[in-house]
Amino acid sequence: MSVLVVAEHNNSELNAMTLSAVSAASQLGDSDIHLLVAGENCGDVAKQAAAVAGVTKVFHAESAGLAHAIGENVAATVGSIAGDYSHILATATASGKNWMPRLAAQLDVQQISDITAVESADTFVRPIYAGNAMATVQSSDATKLITVRSTSFEAAADTGGSASVESVDAAGDFAGTQFVSEEVGESDRPDLVSAKVVVSGGRGMGSEENFKILEPLAEKLGAAIGASRAAVDAGYAPNELQVGQTGKVVAPDVYIAFGISGAIQHLAGMKESKVIVAVNTDEDAPIFQVASYGLVMDLFDVIPQLQEAL
Amino acid sequence: MKVLVPVKRVIDYNVKIRVKSDQSGVETENVKMAMNPFDEVAIEEALRMREAGVATEVVAVSIGTDKSQETLRTALAMGADEAMLIQTDADVEPLGVAKLLHKAVEKVGPEVVILGKQAIDDDSNQTGQMLAAMLDWPQGTFASKAEFSDGKVALSRETDDGIETLNLSLPAVITTDLRLNEPRYPNLPNIMKAKKKPLEVIQADSMGVDFASRLTVLKVEEPAEREPGVILGSVDELIDKLRNVEKVIS
Repeated sequence: MSVLVVAEHNNSELNAMTLSAVSAASQLGDSDIHLLVAGENCGDVAKQAAAVAGVTKVFHAESAGLAHAIGENVAATVGSIAGDYSHILATATASGKNWMPRLAAQLDVQQISDITAVESADTFVRPIYAGNAMATVQSSDATKLITVRSTSFEAAADTGGSASVESVDAAGDFAGTQFVSEEVGESDRPDLVSAKVVVSGGRGMGSEENFKILEPLAEKLGAAIGASRAAVDAGYAPNELQVGQTGKVVAPDVYIAFGISGAIQHLAGMKESKVIVAVNTDEDAPIFQVASYGLVMDLFDVIPQLQEAL
Repeated sequence: MKVLVPVKRVIDYNVKIRVKSDQSGVETENVKMAMNPFDEVAIEEALRMREAGVATEVVAVSIGTDKSQETLRTALAMGADEAMLIQTDADVEPLGVAKLLHKAVEKVGPEVVILGKQAIDDDSNQTGQMLAAMLDWPQGTFASKAEFSDGKVALSRETDDGIETLNLSLPAVITTDLRLNEPRYPNLPNIMKAKKKPLEVIQADSMGVDFASRLTVLKVEEPAEREPGVILGSVDELIDKLRNVEKVIS
């Protein structure tokens, strides 16, 4: 039995979430784990992939059509080597969520999205209803296609492996879909999904300008910055910071929520954090029900005090 | 051009769901139901296309029990021109839904299918991409902006890093993110008018598609509860807890 894990990367670095997917793959039983690195000028990523502990082979596909992980082209390329794999795994990221269902339909497979646990080679746990229920599902498909929630699996070691790297052809360049441009938020701070500390702002931040007062605090804590949907909808923060059911799922050591009321859709994205701190002037805000520590205080008083004391 | 908008009846997003005591699923009896919020955004976008002269007709389609007619009436009250219920009492998984929608596309003949990126009940985020694969059409997922011209759509989509813009040739499938637009509320005259709009009911079993489930739900459980927390009196107390008790900051 062999398992294929499709790497998430930016053509220069392997995304750490891939390491969690490898770890999920290793729980499927005695199986060879292969990694596919598909992109453009992504040879360095293939080298990093070969060093991941537990990986026995790396496939490396190069094409201009894969440079921006266009879903149509990634699905076709993975499909071309899908062959006899018992399982194909990807990260439950915007990219994995985009291409994997396309491949699943091409293979006539009912994909299993966003797994949080492996019970056996055909049985998995996944959250439904924004994580307010956990479903254990058993698949009858010959090939299992799975996206993995990275915060639920320890990362595999990124050293110690010595897999061989084999080039494979990229399949197709889907004519109907063309990349135009990308606006990427620039930040020197840690990646939101893998950060140990996250400071997050909600509607209570009041404005885009006020939202920026989280930056020096995040700097001091070595934290990533997150946001609630309300803050993103209001234009206080860009979409890539959104934490929740339809945004990113995070589980840092400590999540500090400023001016976030705690709608279930937001809690879905952060309630697995080890320690949750809530700062809100409304003592009835639902965020306090999941908070380890609460301050019923004005965030505009709390942030400068924290800043001072740290 | 026609636009097809698949919509799903789900538990209202404000309802706190309850897991059944026999672990067979989530309680849906006597619970407030509503259109999946992402699908409301899809209907709204299709209506705006019609109002801008890009589209000529908006057709809403749903797969589900007879009760899904209510959801389709909501779509009609918002402004959709016609509706189609693909009736089944079975729980249909995304793959089966996409197969049935594939048939609906052949029947209706749209140039654009717009639907929510995920349904807030099973949170799968699969149906649009699967339908696009079956049709061999381009897919524009997680859309926050769509501009149509000359048989193409310039589609901005929300990614983990920011916003990406793609150019898709029509016909295409688009899945909506919540920031694409703000859906309108149906007003009373339109709710009355919607009762007279055409709503066709087709039996899913008659469509020549195998939509049997591939996944067996073994159990559905409540998530682990968090330990109750404490309200602190000062920032100093908080820092003490984080630094000396939890040891999560230095």
